[in-house]
Amino acid sequence: MSETQVGSRREVAVDVSSVDQSGISEEMLTLNFGPHHPATHGVLRLLCQLEGEVIRDLKPIIGYVHTGIEKTAEDKAYWKAIPVMERMDYLAYYFNAYAFCGAVETLIGLEVPPRAQYLRVIHMELNRINSHLLWLATSALDLGAISMFWYGFRDRETILDLFEMSSGQRMHTRYIQVGGVFEDIPVGFADKVRAFCAEMPKRVDQFAALLNNNEIIVQRLTDVAIVDEQTLLSLGVTGPLLRAAGNPWDLRKAQPYSSYDHFDFKIPVGTVGDNYDRYHVRLEEMRESVRIIEQALEGLPEGPYITEDRKYALPPRHELATSMEALIHHFKLVTEGFRVPPGEVYFPIEGPRGEYGVFLRSDGSSKPARVHMRDPSFVNLQALKAMCEDVYIADFIATLAMLDPILGGIDR
Amino acid sequence: MPDATGLELIAQDLRGLDADGVLGTVFFRDRATLLVSAPFVPAALEHLRERGYGFLASVHGVDYFPEEPRLGVHYELLDMHDVDRITVKTRVHTERPEVPSVTNEWPTANHQEREVYDMFGVVFEGHPDLRRILMPEDYEGFPQRRDFPVGGEPVLFTHNEVHNPGWWK
Repeated sequence: MSETQVGSRREVAVDVSSVDQSGISEEMLTLNFGPHHPATHGVLRLLCQLEGEVIRDLKPIIGYVHTGIEKTAEDKAYWKAIPVMERMDYLAYYFNAYAFCGAVETLIGLEVPPRAQYLRVIHMELNRINSHLLWLATSALDLGAISMFWYGFRDRETILDLFEMSSGQRMHTRYIQVGGVFEDIPVGFADKVRAFCAEMPKRVDQFAALLNNNEIIVQRLTDVAIVDEQTLLSLGVTGPLLRAAGNPWDLRKAQPYSSYDHFDFKIPVGTVGDNYDRYHVRLEEMRESVRIIEQALEGLPEGPYITEDRKYALPPRHELATSMEALIHHFKLVTEGFRVPPGEVYFPIEGPRGEYGVFLRSDGSSKPARVHMRDPSFVNLQALKAMCEDVYIADFIATLAMLDPILGGIDR
Repeated sequence: MPDATGLELIAQDLRGLDADGVLGTVFFRDRATLLVSAPFVPAALEHLRERGYGFLASVHGVDYFPEEPRLGVHYELLDMHDVDRITVKTRVHTERPEVPSVTNEWPTANHQEREVYDMFGVVFEGHPDLRRILMPEDYEGFPQRRDFPVGGEPVLFTHNEVHNPGWWK
């Protein structure tokens, strides 16, 4: 037996030095990984250069689910563009919608009522837990923990039911509107969310008990794919990946938007910057999200759930029968949509995978002249090469899972 | 955000580096923007990095059709220490859409510059691997330009196949 050092891991292998080596040559193997492979979490294709079982080079090839959403949005009125924007990163629909609506509101200079801000926070944090649960479920599945897959989807189902209760849809809810939210929360919603918040930390405890000291998880994740903070910053990486390397950058704290400064929560950070930190940071983020939701429900202000400015928000249904002005506003909004003053704005928010930034250019008409989503998955994907150089192909699967790429967001 | 005065001070310092480099400043909705000439982009970003804007959050393209110069490239810079953002913008004509690449200094620009090239046809000089990224490699045209029509992409069905259309009849 002989020992060799690969990356930070020791490989114990059968010693073949006694075997006749003459006539044996070594060469790199190019392996095409994906696009149709369950471990790529979507249609991601990777060209890997392998030396034995160790990855030496890696090239992502993307664009298989490019649907031209940015182009489509240019052809729609602002409020009709929200549904297509939501479909970019399909696990973070509330964040996509909020980044877009926030950009529009900034261009208009529209004030969002406090109740709407709180409702947005509640839904975005539920969405963050939802996204992390799906990440945890599928990542654990990649590492062979099939039961974790069912647990993750079981709890995600509760969140999707909550979304359905407040908006009528489970995914791509179009709940967040320009100027507020689509509807006030129904009776009983707050109680159900409270019940969920009481249950969720226990579930996270269970996941932690199941995975934290699990032999396979520990072997695959600790000290694997360590990337230091400076490299991550130069690659533009944000979100849990950056926080796992010890940088506590979180836009919710740094540049609070939508009343995030009203809530008391912590930012989990890692110390080493390996896969285990990436896993742990996300697990702890779920707990913090629960805390934010509890506080937001507790302090939910009374008042309108959408701006009273009739130039941008539809009038209530009952006004249409009595007010001519309401009818005109309704007609204008539904046919043409509202016009946005010309200008350009970049509106960043903190999503489950990092900075979701919408760049919006208005030419003064009722349709956006340019919409661009700075999607964190797209930017973070560049860090995969830095992470996966000189790791085993089995560790590489785990690393890809810890990167948490969403191909809908990468390809847009 | 640097306030309007802070933005002018930055612009003044940049004009000290290159008198023609800075074309203007915009302060809109509390957001600071520097308009610079295309060849001056790397130097401007480098100067801003020294001022603390060490994180390149986003690079994206815009088509200002029908205004000239049509194509724009925007760089969103972030100062994580003082929590400050500034935007650097440059504009180029469609006849010579050339902007120096900043990929070597800012590795995060790699994929994002490729996307701008893919969608708008802006050529980033000095980019190590300037290929299409989202569209197929043999695709013609730059789909995010404003004069590129929405739709009209022929979809291949069995009835309009190139070889032997309607073979099932």
